[in-house]
Amino acid sequence: MEKRVFFKGWKLPLLLVTPQLIISAVFFFYPSGQAIWNSLFLPDPFGLKTEFVGLDNFRFLLSDSYYLASFKTTIIFSVAVTISSMLIGLYLAALADRLIKGSGVYQTLLIWPYAIAPAIAGVLWLFLFNGNIGLVSWYLKGLGYEWNHNLDGDQAMFLVVLASAWGRISYNFLFFFAGLQAIPKSILEAAAIDGASFWKRFMSVVIPLLSPITFFLLVVNIVYAFFDTFGVIHTITSGGPEQSTTILVYKVFSDGFVSQDLGSSAAQSVILLILVGVLTVIQFKYIERKVHY
Amino acid sequence: MVEKKKTAYWMTHLGLICGVVLIFFPVWVAFVGSTVSQDDIIYPPLPLLPGPHLIDNYANALFRGGPEGYAGASQVPVIRMLMNSAIMAFGIAIGKIIISLLSAFAFVYFRFPFRKTAFWLIFITLMLPVEVRIYPTYEVVANLGLLNSYAGLIFPLIASATATFLFRQFFMTIPDEMVEAARMDGCKPMRFFFDILIPISKTNLAAIFVIMFLFGWNQFLYPMLLTTDPNMKTIVMAVDSMIPAGDDYAHWPTVFASAILAMLPPIIIIISMQKFFVKGLLESDK
Repeated sequence: MEKRVFFKGWKLPLLLVTPQLIISAVFFFYPSGQAIWNSLFLPDPFGLKTEFVGLDNFRFLLSDSYYLASFKTTIIFSVAVTISSMLIGLYLAALADRLIKGSGVYQTLLIWPYAIAPAIAGVLWLFLFNGNIGLVSWYLKGLGYEWNHNLDGDQAMFLVVLASAWGRISYNFLFFFAGLQAIPKSILEAAAIDGASFWKRFMSVVIPLLSPITFFLLVVNIVYAFFDTFGVIHTITSGGPEQSTTILVYKVFSDGFVSQDLGSSAAQSVILLILVGVLTVIQFKYIERKVHY
Repeated sequence: MVEKKKTAYWMTHLGLICGVVLIFFPVWVAFVGSTVSQDDIIYPPLPLLPGPHLIDNYANALFRGGPEGYAGASQVPVIRMLMNSAIMAFGIAIGKIIISLLSAFAFVYFRFPFRKTAFWLIFITLMLPVEVRIYPTYEVVANLGLLNSYAGLIFPLIASATATFLFRQFFMTIPDEMVEAARMDGCKPMRFFFDILIPISKTNLAAIFVIMFLFGWNQFLYPMLLTTDPNMKTIVMAVDSMIPAGDDYAHWPTVFASAILAMLPPIIIIISMQKFFVKGLLESDK
């Protein structure tokens, strides 16, 4: 779609796009290019020179059991965060949608965690489950369950999923709620008159109508779990114990900045870049087709 | 709606209240933690009602950065870090709005050489989250001598086209008659931009402002890498650094007071600008 009417001249518009082009060039294209370029080199241990190794960094990564384990961790983590936060978000949205009055109040009460930085959310949950003084772990101990996410990889994973999903419920709630509000009440009333129970109406009328939003949220939440949860992981587990919560983005950071393994870190960035690229293309393709029931 | 049964009505409220409680719980605990003494916290369980030390703890955190000898005790007052976060968040929000308004205006209302190329170059930035290019960006900022500076915290994060995309979408919906009328009256492009386009984009501006402010305020990884000077830390990083690593001790009342202070500005913005926030969120990701 293009405007039919526009202003004349070419100097002014070029001037107008210049600031954004310069910032994109300096802070986006150059660093991204560098990441790709670095991924083809291997610096020697003293950092004196680098050697061109072609795709060796990638070959090494794809046969590195730690990297493959991190891949698996990322998938488990993202699926768990996405599914749990979407289900709770949908559940709350469906309830709020049933109300004639007061749903606005609940919206206000439910959306504000979106404002909380993942790193802060991490700190809050870290305290609740702190092995010595945490409130939840103290009660768990009372029930005879020993909590120590510093030693137990599964508990650590559970905790980072919980903290990440918690902050994400608001977002999913908001989108599902908007989607539900947009469904014409007449359709639901027609189904009710035909004798469909609430559950039946929900499954066979509401869910199909929500499918475009659901798909969109699926992609966005996966991207969130891949990248924006860095703060949660860093504050709660720093990737441990024994790398059991090292998701891909965390590994880029710990290999690059902590271990100074720049070639490998750059190659990991490129792999992530490809993953995001694929997700974005899927999202755009889908939105362009605007599949709707 | 369809059901009007009493029990169903109360069950709905009950379900929602459970959700609200679940969501409030960690924040409530943090609030309680910010009103009690260190001893109340390190000898569990923590009480569930606020204690008497609210003013002490907040004053301590805000103006003294907490007591000495604990993890992250750089003795930098939290108020300083709140200011850093505010400068960063406002800088990112305003910077992004300015550059994207200008370029969206150019893309929609002009035809110029390399328009397609420029458009493509800007929009590809939508695809890559900052986390993917951390190290090279760190190097660029270092080479420009911008480590430990506000410019270094702000500029790398405005290099994304989300806002441009949104403004472009919005400008497309403005009827062509507006420009036609303006041109007929001999209105120059920039005059049209300032006197017509910006006033009718007010709600969109507010929406994008809220989203970008939150994005800026809640940054963690970037500021952590770009700042080594304790005086340049942002509040979100500061709270993280107060948590013990290894054998250090955390001064929990300070941690909680700082965490609450770190959450407060974005929460106030979300709630007071809820209408714009919801609009911005629902539109920005589509």
